[in-house]
Amino acid sequence: MSEQTTLDKVPAPRPASGEKLLEVTGLQKYFPINGGFIFQRRVGDVRAVDGVDFHINAGESLGMVGESGCGKSTTGRLVTRLLEPTGGKVSYAGKDITHSSRKELAPIRSEIQMIFQDPYASLNPRQTVGSIIAGPMEINGINPTGGRERRVRELLEIVGLNPEHYNRFPHEFSGGQRQRIGVARALALDPKLIVADEPVSALDVSIQAQVVNLLQKVQQELGIAFLFIAHDLAIVRHFSQRIAVMYLGKIVEIGDRESIYGGPRHPYTHALLSSSPEADPDDDGRERIRLAGDVPSPINPPSGCRFRTRCWKAQDKCATEEPPLVRLGGNAEGHLTACHFPEEPTIEAREEDIVLDPALAAIEEAADETP
Amino acid sequence: MTSPSQAAADAGDLTLEPEGEPGTPGNKGTPELAGRTPRQLAWLRFKRDRVGVICAFVVGFFILVAAAAPLIVKLYGKNAYDLYGQDDGLLNSSGIPIKPNGGISSDHWFGVEPALGRDVLALLVYGIRTSLLIALAVTVISVATGVLFGLTQGYLSGKTDYFMGRLSDFMLAFPQQLFFIAFSPVAISLLVNPGEQESWWVRPFVLISVQFILGWMSIGRLVRAQVLSLREREFVEAARISGASSWRIISKELLPNLWSTILVQATLLLPVFVTAEAGLSFLGVGILDPTPDWGLMFQTGANNYQSDITFMFFPGIAMVIFVVAFNLLGDSVRDALDPKTLR
Repeated sequence: MSEQTTLDKVPAPRPASGEKLLEVTGLQKYFPINGGFIFQRRVGDVRAVDGVDFHINAGESLGMVGESGCGKSTTGRLVTRLLEPTGGKVSYAGKDITHSSRKELAPIRSEIQMIFQDPYASLNPRQTVGSIIAGPMEINGINPTGGRERRVRELLEIVGLNPEHYNRFPHEFSGGQRQRIGVARALALDPKLIVADEPVSALDVSIQAQVVNLLQKVQQELGIAFLFIAHDLAIVRHFSQRIAVMYLGKIVEIGDRESIYGGPRHPYTHALLSSSPEADPDDDGRERIRLAGDVPSPINPPSGCRFRTRCWKAQDKCATEEPPLVRLGGNAEGHLTACHFPEEPTIEAREEDIVLDPALAAIEEAADETP
Repeated sequence: MTSPSQAAADAGDLTLEPEGEPGTPGNKGTPELAGRTPRQLAWLRFKRDRVGVICAFVVGFFILVAAAAPLIVKLYGKNAYDLYGQDDGLLNSSGIPIKPNGGISSDHWFGVEPALGRDVLALLVYGIRTSLLIALAVTVISVATGVLFGLTQGYLSGKTDYFMGRLSDFMLAFPQQLFFIAFSPVAISLLVNPGEQESWWVRPFVLISVQFILGWMSIGRLVRAQVLSLREREFVEAARISGASSWRIISKELLPNLWSTILVQATLLLPVFVTAEAGLSFLGVGILDPTPDWGLMFQTGANNYQSDITFMFFPGIAMVIFVVAFNLLGDSVRDALDPKTLR
C-alpha cells in the first residue's frame, strides 16, 4: 500500500441503500454509584448515556463527536454489547440484541467488530500477530478456503503490513502498525459494522492520515458500515457521511455531513465547530464562539435542555422543557436538532463574537482599548 | 518468615519492550522473520545477569543432588542409615567423634554424626532430598490453588470476589508458626489410630497439607490483582467482542500474561517452604528420626554444638547457600521478565 500521508479528497457520500443495519432507540446506560458505611447502597447514577436514538444504514459511516466524557465511547460499547444497556433498545438487522446473552449473540458477533483507541492495550503482548488475527476466526469456527494462515497473511496485506510479520509479537511494532493489526483483526470476520472507538486519537498526527485512509479504503471496498467515534472534527468530516453530535449523554444534533458542517442549528454544534481550527490563514469569515465553564456532572445533569447552563440563548423554557430531537423548518431531510431556540444555519462570522469566558472577554476588551 | 509477595507484587507490568530490536528485518542474511517471543527476550536478559546465572547453577546443583541422592550415595559407598560411628568405633563414650573436626576422614568426607554415628554426607544428601521434595510439593499445590482461586476471584468479581477475599483474609490472619506447631500433632493423630504404627507417608502428608493450608493466599491475592487489571484491558474486550467464552479468555488471554508473576512467585515461595519444613522438623513436629531430614540435622547439631560444632556447619552452610541462591534467582527472574521495575 502506498503510504499516503495526506488526506484524500472528501468522497461524495454514497447513496444510502436505505436498509437500516443498526437501530438504537432510547438507549440508556447508568453506572451506579455505591456509598454508605458497611452497607453499600446505591446513592446515585452516572448517566453516561441517557436516551440516545440513531440508526446506521448498511455501508454507511456515522461519525459521533462530542467533548470528552459525553458518552461517545459508552455508546460504542453498548452497541457492541460489551456493556449491558440500562434501558432502550439496540436492534441489529431487525433483531433485538439489547439483552441477548453470549450464546444468542454468537451469530451476530462476527458481524459487529470494534477497533480500539489504544493500540498498546488492544493487542495481547503474549500472542503473535498471526494468532491475534486468527483468534476471532478460531472462536467462530470459520475456516476460510486456503486455511486461516493464508487468510491472515491476506489481511495483513490489506492493511498494508508485510505478511511475513505473521510470527512477530506486538511489541515489535510501532503504534500505527499496531493499529493496523487491530484493523486486520476487526476485518478477519468480514463484519458488516465496525465500531471504531477513537481509532486514531492515540496516534501520531503523521500516522493518523494513514490509518484513516486505510479505514476509508476498507469501508469503500468492502462496504462496511462504521460507527466512527472521535473528537477530531476534521477527521470525522473526512470519514463520515452522517454526523451525530453528543453532549452529556444525549444527541443534540444529527444529520448528514453538509448539514452539520455547513448549516448547524444547535448552539453547541456551532460552538464545537468554531472551536476547531481550520488550516486556512485567510479564512476570517467564520464565526467565533468561546464557551465558559465545564460540562456539568452527568451524575446530576441540568433539567430541561442539558446545554442551557453554557448556552448564550438559554431562556426559562430551556430549564423546564426538554427539547425533542426533531427536524426543524429549513433543515434537510434527516437533519434533526434538539433545541428550542436554534441558530441560523450558517457558520459565517457574526457581528459580534460570542465570548462567554469572562477571563478571555476581559483580555480582549483590554486589547481593544489599547490598540 | 517473610512472605515474598511484597517483592513480587510489582512484577506485574506485563509488557516487555524489545531491547535493541534483535530481530530487525533486513539484517544480513536472515530471511526468516521470526519474532522473538517475550519469553525469548527475557531469556536473553537473564543470560546477561551474571548473579542470576550463577544462582541458577547453584540451585540446579542442589536439585541435582536431591534427585540423584541414591546414585551419589552409591558412588560414595556409604548410606544414610548405617551407624558407622558406633560400628567402627569412631565415637567416644559420650558419643562425640574421636577424630578432630567432627570426625572428617577419607572414609567420611563430612564427618560422622554425634551419638548415632551416621555418615554426614549421606545424611545431608538424603536430608536435602526429603526437604526439597516436601517443599516442592507444597509450592506446586499452593501455586496451583492460589492461581485458580485468584483467577476465579478476579474474573468473576462482585460478590464472589468479596466473599472469597474474606476467606483468604481469614486464612492470612492465622499465626503460621503457631498453627503449624499446634495442628501438626492433631492432624497426625487424626490419621493414625492409637497404638498403630505410623505409615511412612503420614508425616510428609501432614507437613505438606498443613503448610499448604496457610500457604496459598499470597499468590492468590497477587493473581487476583493482576486479573483485575488485565480484564479491563482492551485485548480482553476484543476477545469478548469476537464471542470468546470465559474459559478461552482466561486460558488464552489472561493466563499467558500471568505466567511471569506465577514463576517469580513460585521461585520465591520455594525457599520459604524449605525453611519452614526444616523449622518444623527442628521443633519436633515434622519428620522424625531415622528419616534423614535437613531440619533434623539442625536439631542434632543444636544438641551437640558445644562439643562438636562441625556437625552444625554442613547442613547450616548448605541451607544458607540454598536459600540465598534461590532468592537471588527469584530476583533475577523477575528482573529478566520485567525490565522496567527499578530496584
